[in-house]
Amino acid sequence: MKSTLAISAVVFTVGILTLPVVWSDNDFRWGKMEEQRHKSSDVAAVTNPLYKEECGSCHMAYPPGLLPAKSWNKLMSGLEDHFGDNAELDEQTAQSISQYLLTNSAEQSDYRRSRKFSQSIKSSDIPLRISDIPYFKHEHDEIPKSMVSENPQVKSFSQCNACHAKAEQGLFNEHDVRIPGFGKWDD
Amino acid sequence: MKKTFLMTILLISMPFGFTQADPNTVNHLLTVYATQGANTADAQQGKALWQKTFMGKGEFSSRSCASCHTQDLTQAGKHIKTNRQIKPMAPSVNPQRLTSVKKINKWFKRNCKWTLGRECTAQEKSNILVYIENESKL
Repeated sequence: MKSTLAISAVVFTVGILTLPVVWSDNDFRWGKMEEQRHKSSDVAAVTNPLYKEECGSCHMAYPPGLLPAKSWNKLMSGLEDHFGDNAELDEQTAQSISQYLLTNSAEQSDYRRSRKFSQSIKSSDIPLRISDIPYFKHEHDEIPKSMVSENPQVKSFSQCNACHAKAEQGLFNEHDVRIPGFGKWDD
Repeated sequence: MKKTFLMTILLISMPFGFTQADPNTVNHLLTVYATQGANTADAQQGKALWQKTFMGKGEFSSRSCASCHTQDLTQAGKHIKTNRQIKPMAPSVNPQRLTSVKKINKWFKRNCKWTLGRECTAQEKSNILVYIENESKL
């Protein structure tokens, strides 16, 4: 009886002690799988806090993998007229943000959607708007005006997060699209 | 006993809930603006400038500070172009306001250029600062 108790105690203790190992291993594999899934369909999430703070205070902080380096370069060198707004940054901040954008630009990324963005651009073009990129246009060509430009809750294709709630995390899955005033998008 | 307890709670919670706009930040900037030629700051003048409409080029031909921030500093604003929410300017409801010299300089530069079409003068910046700081007393 005593020995049964002792064995149970040992089994229980070993079980408890190994649980975190088993769990963490699972977490690790689960994390990898998630990462693979995102890489095959999405773009990398915005990670840089300075970029989020400086650019995200006026508009959604667009994931850097949505534009090629040449576009980010052009944008960052014209911040005093940034689509009609003044978005000047001090030199040090601008440099630090540029570096983040350039090292994570569309052609540097191994996420599938970033590759599609970058590959669809003609080598002679330097688009400033993500919504001018051929791959973007192709993906949005069936959406009527009434849902975007004529929709007061959306106004423009620049407001990714109006319909793609997880846009800043780089998630643009079609099934997660909810258009304000219209609901789920079904094509 | 009860009083001591309450006081302790109050003192402990001060850094979390009761912080006001750091008067040192504003005072520091007012001193700087004075060396650049500003006279005594006038909150009423600041309020008038906040609501004044200026002519602009392009999409938004008439614009003012209130275009994005609204005329009520205790209310949240909305970026006129992107719809992005802007937290209230009044330190009485948003204690983060007027606590960073760097941020104040950045936004004065950008927003004066967009709204007025030029940088604000030292006097204008002084007036706006004390208007934002004292909005609840006006």
